[in-house]
Amino acid sequence: MQKIAYKKDISGCAVSGILNTNGKKINGGYIIRSIANMHDRSNGLGGGFAAYGIYPSYKEYYAFHLMFDDLNARERCEEFLDKNFLIEKDEDIPTRKINTTADPPILRRYFLEPREEKLNKISEDDFVIREVMKINSDIEGSYVLSSGKNMGAFKAVGFPEDVGNFYRLEEYKAETWIAHGRFPTNTPGWWGGAHPFALLDYSIVHNGEISSYGINKRYLEMFGYRCTLLTDTEVVAYLFDLLVRRHKLPMKIACKALAPPFWDEIDRMPEKEKKVMKTIRTVYGSSLVNGPFSIILGFKDGMLALNDRIKLRPLIAATKKDFLMVSSEEAGIREICKEPDKIWSPKAGEPVIGLIGKGVVEEG
Amino acid sequence: MLTLCKGEFSVERDDDRCIRCLVCVRQCPFDVHKYDEEEDRIYSDESKCVGCQRCATLCPTDAITIRYEPMEMKENANWKTYHLTNIYKQAETGGVLLTGMGNDKPYPIYWDHILLNASQVTNPSIDPLREPMELRTYLGRKPDLLDIEDGDELILKTEISPQLKLELPVMFSAMSYGAISLNAVKSLARAAAIAGTYYNTGEGGLHKDLYKYGKNTIVQCASGRFGISPDYLNAGSAIEIKIGQGAKPGIGGHLPGEKVLEEISETRMIAEGTDALSPAPHHDIYSIEDLRQLIFALKETTAYEKPVGVKIAAVHNSAAISSGMVRAGADFIVLDGLRGGTGAAPLVTRDNVGIPIELALASVDQRLREEGIRNKTSLIVAGGIRSSSDVIKAIALGADAVYIGTAALVALGCHLCQKCYTGKCAWGIATQDPYLTKRLNPEIGTRRLVNLLKAWSNEMKELIGGMGINAIESLRGNRLQLRGVGLTDTEYRILGILPAGE
Repeated sequence: MQKIAYKKDISGCAVSGILNTNGKKINGGYIIRSIANMHDRSNGLGGGFAAYGIYPSYKEYYAFHLMFDDLNARERCEEFLDKNFLIEKDEDIPTRKINTTADPPILRRYFLEPREEKLNKISEDDFVIREVMKINSDIEGSYVLSSGKNMGAFKAVGFPEDVGNFYRLEEYKAETWIAHGRFPTNTPGWWGGAHPFALLDYSIVHNGEISSYGINKRYLEMFGYRCTLLTDTEVVAYLFDLLVRRHKLPMKIACKALAPPFWDEIDRMPEKEKKVMKTIRTVYGSSLVNGPFSIILGFKDGMLALNDRIKLRPLIAATKKDFLMVSSEEAGIREICKEPDKIWSPKAGEPVIGLIGKGVVEEG
Repeated sequence: MLTLCKGEFSVERDDDRCIRCLVCVRQCPFDVHKYDEEEDRIYSDESKCVGCQRCATLCPTDAITIRYEPMEMKENANWKTYHLTNIYKQAETGGVLLTGMGNDKPYPIYWDHILLNASQVTNPSIDPLREPMELRTYLGRKPDLLDIEDGDELILKTEISPQLKLELPVMFSAMSYGAISLNAVKSLARAAAIAGTYYNTGEGGLHKDLYKYGKNTIVQCASGRFGISPDYLNAGSAIEIKIGQGAKPGIGGHLPGEKVLEEISETRMIAEGTDALSPAPHHDIYSIEDLRQLIFALKETTAYEKPVGVKIAAVHNSAAISSGMVRAGADFIVLDGLRGGTGAAPLVTRDNVGIPIELALASVDQRLREEGIRNKTSLIVAGGIRSSSDVIKAIALGADAVYIGTAALVALGCHLCQKCYTGKCAWGIATQDPYLTKRLNPEIGTRRLVNLLKAWSNEMKELIGGMGINAIESLRGNRLQLRGVGLTDTEYRILGILPAGE
């Protein structure tokens, strides 16, 4: 039965994100304070962060954050990596011992370049995705936590502030940070199941449950994605990968596929816009993400936040000079920025998009 | 020859209630009731009764009860009354036994082994009385991806194939003018127009009074090619090539000559009184590549402005056939299952050929996904859809929409007596006798059908809202919303669903 349907994860959550649209680096301490201020939205069964611009000296290499259950898994996975990639550098991910994270797995990072001979007929990015899927589904006990360039995901079982402390995130500086505190209700805490979920340059944190998971997953399978991480969040990440990277849709259009306007609204739109929206819904119906969600997507150029089409989960956005902040609750913003220039509640299904070098291009 | 068959029904008349109004005498097209003036008494010849319940329904004093009382033989697990009566009839006539409507044998009905999900706590259910709930569906071929250019305004560079817009994922199945009366077809056409969906002409051509409903019409092209002309093909919004039908896979349509009166002869372009027997195969389609030629011939005739689909009966290798049809250019595929209805079919075929629609649907949807071509076609299923919950289950298994035939006729008054092939339908539906057809007022018929669709539509909104879904496309193929009860591992595997409790 496993082949038919993974029992998907159900969870409530806190999300938070900070971006500096001029690319100035932000210390990890801020995002920890923001997510920690929404402590009650998590239950200690998962927390995580993603940071962009943290490996400037290795920015040409795919930075793989890997988690191994045991030495055996590490050995098998390293053999696999060596066969397919040139390993520029590998090291333990620095952590500090804290009381609240019991029994951590082996955490390593690798800076990789795909082997030239492996790349005939396939783009570098597609190759990397394929290898990530192989590791996650075929190499027992090995999980790729993130695989993008100049970025990384840090996640664990625990409250998010403890996870941040464990990974020594105050030692990192990034232009974009996203964070997550998890409140799973039916699955035991599992390190790989924590957010963010990351693939190539995309990382995603998600508060919600996807009622359309069954069809989103089958739709993605048609394009070769394999959903293995027991969480519906990976579905959202794959949808962005498919729509934006592979189908080359503008990001705000991808958001319209995930959270489209209602037919009533489309019927009232001016002719040209109506045609575009109608076509998107008709063609991308299976990528509609139905059910409550607020998500924050980090990518190399910036950050995006989006609610489901009837806003069944909270999401607040704020700006202060060249900073864009998004959070589940206003408390997550006020904790790090007492007086924002502007603070607002983005509309259902309307994305907030901040881009480095371009500012806040969509306000939601 | 003396018949050895006893009638199947008993007619009980409460003489204290009977006021001798003679409604039953006039209403029965099978001449069951006879009035004896001298005795002032009504006699009933039970052997002729088909159990259509027309007299019992219309009797103003509720004096008549019709009971199913088949010949009761000594108990025998092998030789059932069904077999004995069939043998008697064949011994008396030497003929192929005919019947009407769909398979009534107790093969498994998988809809009744499938249960739906609902949201609790972690995921809010959505209230259709307070929130928008969308059933709109577009049928037709979809591209893999869209090319959209971003700038000051969005420019859509992909032109997509013509689509059919349905306000709810339910259409009326192919039922030809000839098999059913013009009043019945008019009711279907008008109801489709009001409800924002489509009805299907079947293979009987298009009566001149029906061209005005073209926007809500799917015209059929079957092996008999009755009534087909460029005008006909261009009259509807889509064309459906009929290869097969769930009630009688492997054979063509049958319209007994009794039903071929003047207007039908004109519409079908055949002589009055001749049996309209469609050939079993299309004589220009002996292979998949031939099908492709017909699909494109029809697309050429209609300037590529209308979707062209193909309907097949659900049979053992439907999945492979469907894959071939998509590659041959079918913009939509119709699968008609074992329990699909008909106006006339050989009993032996109807009762023994084909497979249940639930299994065919599940395997076709899965196969097209494995081949990465599911989006290139729309999948419509038909054959025994009885309720809004059947529709919802079909969509969750992977259908884009369903066709209803029998359910629509029941809404018009059909009581499933299965005697459509006699042309004597007491309800004025499956008949051309003017005395009978006027019993179905198309205004009222339209209202009954619109009411049915409205009721189903409201029920479907309740069901998907309960799952926390507010657009039907999020249910389509979403088998995680389904759980099975009382099935075997093999059936779970084919249906692609989990057992309840998992």
